[in-house]
Amino acid sequence: MTPGGKRFTGGQRLLHWSMAACIIAMFFIGVGMVSTVMPTYVPLLATHKTLGVAIFVLALVRLGVRARSGAPPLPADLPAPMRLAAHLSHYGLYGLMFALPLLGWAMLSAGAYPVVLYGGLRLPAILPQNPALHTLLWNAHYYLAFAFFALVLAHVAAALFHALIRRDGVFEAMAPLGSRTGGPSSR
Amino acid sequence: MPLPPSGPRSTLASLAVIAAICIGATGALAYTAGWLSPDRLTPTKLVDALAPPSGPVPGYRRNHAKGICFTGSFAANGNGTALSRARVFETGAHPALGRFNLGTPDPGAPDTTVRVRGLGLQITADDGAVWRAAMINAPVFPVSTPEAFYELLRVPASKAPNAMAAFVAAHPEFSAFGAWAKSPDWTASYAQEPYNSLDAFLFTDAAGAEQAVRWSFRPEAPPERITPEAFGKRGPASLEQEITDRVATAPQRWTLVLTVADPGDPTADPSRAWPEGRRSVEAGTLVVQRIEPEADGPCRDINFDPTILPDGIRVSDDPFPAARSAAYARSYDLRTAEAKDYPKRTSEAAR
Repeated sequence: MTPGGKRFTGGQRLLHWSMAACIIAMFFIGVGMVSTVMPTYVPLLATHKTLGVAIFVLALVRLGVRARSGAPPLPADLPAPMRLAAHLSHYGLYGLMFALPLLGWAMLSAGAYPVVLYGGLRLPAILPQNPALHTLLWNAHYYLAFAFFALVLAHVAAALFHALIRRDGVFEAMAPLGSRTGGPSSR
Repeated sequence: MPLPPSGPRSTLASLAVIAAICIGATGALAYTAGWLSPDRLTPTKLVDALAPPSGPVPGYRRNHAKGICFTGSFAANGNGTALSRARVFETGAHPALGRFNLGTPDPGAPDTTVRVRGLGLQITADDGAVWRAAMINAPVFPVSTPEAFYELLRVPASKAPNAMAAFVAAHPEFSAFGAWAKSPDWTASYAQEPYNSLDAFLFTDAAGAEQAVRWSFRPEAPPERITPEAFGKRGPASLEQEITDRVATAPQRWTLVLTVADPGDPTADPSRAWPEGRRSVEAGTLVVQRIEPEADGPCRDINFDPTILPDGIRVSDDPFPAARSAAYARSYDLRTAEAKDYPKRTSEAAR
């Protein structure tokens, strides 16, 4: 366990896992929609925009919750390189949670596309129409999305490394189930 | 008490599990992206197939590449509110911009070589909702499905003998469009052409009732028929000069006619016209007030994506608007990245 068996709060875990589902869905919706001409293209695009805004809002909430509730400390015996990797990868994950929705929104604005979400909600343009900006933002959105996917995979691999190999309580701190004192690693 | 760290054998098994999850997730993403399905019809393939033998012309739309911008308004008469709650149908003048164009991937194609003339249109309602459409003068679309359209685009590159005859035999629906394309009824003006949605869209009224609708912008200017030969004598780019001169003299008008499907009409197949006598509603008048060259014009960087619709209009079971949206986006992404190949005139002059 982490020192004292401390875990993320229930709210933090709920945010983490619901955002995980949204973000993983976004990778698949994103690559799927740009590679199809089938009728699903239209609802996929609307879902992609709506979910993107939802992720951005949830990320804001999450940052506030994190500032208030903090995080359990990493195990004291965690080697320094792993500790550094843990910190840097989390900055990356947070950064991309904010960056990708904003890049998508800005890209559509620079392409003079109306941004309409499910329910008919229309977002204002955040940039003027401009072909060079559109291209720059399109590339940033596209390539950073794959970087985000790679980072999420690394995050999953690291979580499983903690859960299965180090068995140090780091995974249990964010595990969706299990009570504060009766986690699977405290039998 | 924490469990002790795992032993070497179970560590190896755990690493294998972790690797399998990462590889599986990457494979699933690759599959979804179509990287493992070379036969999937992607927007990239569709757009690449549009290119002329000499290759695409960078900086321009990948199809309907030759065009000229206009601004004006859509004067709604209120009748359209019987079919759709979209604000654009409420009585009043709604700002419009658009583009007259030729259905060719070559912006330098002579006017006489292109039978299909198009109208890209954007109407903005006072609540900010945007309606975009891309219409053509043909009464029907050549084929029933996006897949068949892709096949049609690949016919010229085919080495098979009689490839076109074989295509027509396999796609009998092509005959209606083929007959129209061969007909000698040309006009010498963008202002004398009708522009048809061809695709069906679902209109939702204020009570939530839905009906399938196709629409046409019918010209107020009476069509003056001209043979292709006589038209050819006017020069390779007479249409743009003609519409510029004509609109400078007087605004040009089209009546928007909404045609409602009867139950059983083919809403999913734009190659099949609906029978005559369907309920139709005249919803207002498109007034074209000013023509501007495309290079610096307001239509230049607009993607006339037919799925950009206001509340009150949505896509139907017609598969084309989605396919067109996907392909238009690809074309837009390509040409905005090539903007330097199609410089603006003002910025050129300023340098």
